[in-house]
Amino acid sequence: MSFAPSDHSQLDFAGSPVNQALTADDKIELFRKMQRIRRFEQSALKYYNSGKMGGFLHLYIGQESVAVGTLSLCGENDHNITAYRCHGHALACGMGMNELMAELFGKATGCSKGKGGSMHFFDPERNFWGGHGIVAGQTPLGLGLGYALKYKGLEGCALCYLGDGAVNQGAYHESLNLAALFEVPVIFVIENNGYSMGTSQKRSSSFRGCLAQRAEAYDMEWDLVDGSDLYQVRAKTHIAMERARKNHQPTVLEIATYRYYGHSVADANAKKYRTPDEIENYKQNHDPIRLWQRRITEEGVLSEEKAKEIDDEAKADAAAAVKFAEESPAPTVDDIMDDVYWETDNDTEASRVGKHFFND
Amino acid sequence: MSRKMLYRHAIREGLDEELARDENVVIMGEEVAQYNGAYKVTEGLWEKWGCRRIVDTPISEAGFIGMGVGASMLGVRPVMELMFWSFHSVAFDQLVNNAACVRYMSGGLINVPIVMRGPANGGTNVGATHSHVPEGLFAAFPGLKVCAPATPSDAKGLIKAAIRDNDPVYVMENTLLYGTEGEVPDPEDGDHVVPLGKADLKREGTDISLIAHGRSVLHALEAAKTLESEHEISAEVLDLRSIRPLDQDAILETVRKTNRVVLVDESKGFGGVSAMVSHIIQDQAFDYLDAPIKRVTTIDAPAIYSPHIENEQLPNPKRIVERVLSIA
Repeated sequence: MSFAPSDHSQLDFAGSPVNQALTADDKIELFRKMQRIRRFEQSALKYYNSGKMGGFLHLYIGQESVAVGTLSLCGENDHNITAYRCHGHALACGMGMNELMAELFGKATGCSKGKGGSMHFFDPERNFWGGHGIVAGQTPLGLGLGYALKYKGLEGCALCYLGDGAVNQGAYHESLNLAALFEVPVIFVIENNGYSMGTSQKRSSSFRGCLAQRAEAYDMEWDLVDGSDLYQVRAKTHIAMERARKNHQPTVLEIATYRYYGHSVADANAKKYRTPDEIENYKQNHDPIRLWQRRITEEGVLSEEKAKEIDDEAKADAAAAVKFAEESPAPTVDDIMDDVYWETDNDTEASRVGKHFFND
Repeated sequence: MSRKMLYRHAIREGLDEELARDENVVIMGEEVAQYNGAYKVTEGLWEKWGCRRIVDTPISEAGFIGMGVGASMLGVRPVMELMFWSFHSVAFDQLVNNAACVRYMSGGLINVPIVMRGPANGGTNVGATHSHVPEGLFAAFPGLKVCAPATPSDAKGLIKAAIRDNDPVYVMENTLLYGTEGEVPDPEDGDHVVPLGKADLKREGTDISLIAHGRSVLHALEAAKTLESEHEISAEVLDLRSIRPLDQDAILETVRKTNRVVLVDESKGFGGVSAMVSHIIQDQAFDYLDAPIKRVTTIDAPAIYSPHIENEQLPNPKRIVERVLSIA
C-alpha cells in the first residue's frame, strides 16, 4: 500500500485557500484535537484491558488526521456519519470525553445512556449521526442525510466515512449509484488503513488504480489523499465539499491512513498479518500527529512547551473522564424499555393505544 | 357520508392528503412516479406533485430504503414503496438495524419517522420468492410498528396514521385486496385516521372468535357466514388491523365473550402473528377458554407456485370452517 500518492507527494497543500485561512490558533487547535483523540484512545485501551468495558473496542490511533482534518471544514449545514471506528469523529465534532468514556463503561451518563457502546456514539446536535456497527450499513444513511439537505434547500453536505473493508458491500455501491443519479451532496470518505480486519487490501479488493477510482464507473468525481498530511486532507476534502454544497455533485475520497492496533482490541492476529517493521515505519515516518507537530513547529506556530501543555491537558482530561465514568451510575432494568419508540417516550396519544411491548 | 372506493384508491387518497398536509412527506420507490405505480396505488400523484415529492428509484432496495432512513433522521418523512414486501430480504440491514435500532442506540436522540409500504401476500402464483408475509417477522423487532389493513377504509386510515407517527411504521398491503371495494368516509366529513394499535370488530357473534388480519379477515367473514347458515354457529370476527402495537384488550374481550378462538393468519405456523396472539390468550385468558386455541395458517412449506393448489396452502374459508368445527 502507498501512504503518499506519488503524483502528489511533492506538492505542498499549505498554500491552498482553505489552509491559508487558518490562524495560528486554528492550527494549534487541530493539533489539540488529534492529541486528545490519541490520549482518549490510549486511556480507553488501558481500561478495556483491565476489564472495565464490554464488547469491542476499535481504536482510531494512527488515523486522527482524517476525522480532525475533514471535520474541521464543517459548517452549520454539514453533517457526518461513520462506521464503528467512531471515537475520533465524535471527539473531532466536539463531543466531550466524559460522555464518551462513560458510554464505553456502559454507564447511564454515557452519550447513548449506555445503550449504544463503543460502536454507537451519536450527537445529532453536533450533526454527528453515528457510530454504526454493520460494515457499509451507514453508507445509505449518509446518502440520506445529503438527500435531506438538498430536499430542504440547505447549502450543506454529508460526509459519509467508511473503511476500505466496506467498499465491497452492496449497500455502498447502491449508495454510489443513487448519489450520482440523484445528484446528492455527499462525500464518501474511504479511510483506507490497508486492512479489512486481517485481510489486506490486496487480498480483498479488485480494482484499477485505487479504491476511489471505482467512482468513475458511476460517473462520479474522486480523489486520493495522503492522510498523514493534514494540509492535504483539508485542501482536497474542501474541494469535494464545495462541489457537493454548490453543485450537488458527490465525490469519493480515499484517504490513505493506518491503524496502529488491531481491527479491534480483540483482534488476536493483529501482529500476524502485518510486519512489525510496517507498523514501526508508519509510526516513525507517517504519524499524522508527529508530522503536524513538526510542521507547525517549523512554521513557528507551536512551541515545545505549548505542545507539552496540550498533551498534559489531554491526558488529564482522559483521566478525569475515566474517573467520571467509574463514578457514574449504571443504567437500571427500568431504563431498558426507554428510547425504543419516540411515541412511548413522549407519552403521546398514539402511545396509549395498543400494546407496544411484549413482556409476560 | 361515505363513498365506495377501491382499496388502492383509498391508499392513494390517504397519500395525497398527507402530501398536501405536510411538505416533508415524500413518496419513493420503484415505478411509483412516471409509471404510476406497479399496482397503480400512486397513479396520478407524480403528475400532481412532481419530481420532488414523488421519486422513482432504481431497483436498489438496500440503497433507497437506507437513504430514506437517513433522510428521515433529518426530518424528511419518506413513504417508501416496496414493490413486494418480499424484497425486504435485500434491504434487511436497513430495515432492522438502521430503522429499528438507531433511536435506541443513540439513547433516544434520534427518531426515524419513515413509512415502508407495499403488498405482502401469497395467492398470486408467483412462487416462494414473491409470496412472503413478514408482518410477524418485523413485529418481532422492538422499535418497529407494523399494520396490515383488510379494507379500503382501514387502508386509508392506517396509512395516514403511519405517516404521522414519529416511529418507523411498516404497512403490509395485499395485491389481492387492491381491487376490492368498500365504504370509505368522505374527506368532507373530517380527517379519516385509524390509530395504530386499535383492532376492529368486523362481525359480532357469540359462539367463537375468529381473529385475523389482512386478507384473512375477508376469509374469516366468509367462513362466519357459512358457519351461521350451515352449522348454526355464531362467529365473531376481530380484525387486528395493527400488529404492533397490538390491541390486546380487544383480543381478550372477544375471547372472554365466546370462550373459543380460531386464529387465522397467512404466516407459517412457526412463530408469526398468531403464535404471539395465542400466547397472550393462554397467558391472560386461560380460565375463559372452553377449548384449545386453534389456528389456520399457511401450510408449512415455501409458497407453492401451482395455480391449481396455492389457495389450498393459504388460509381460506373452507379451512377455517373445518377448524372451527373441530372445537365448536
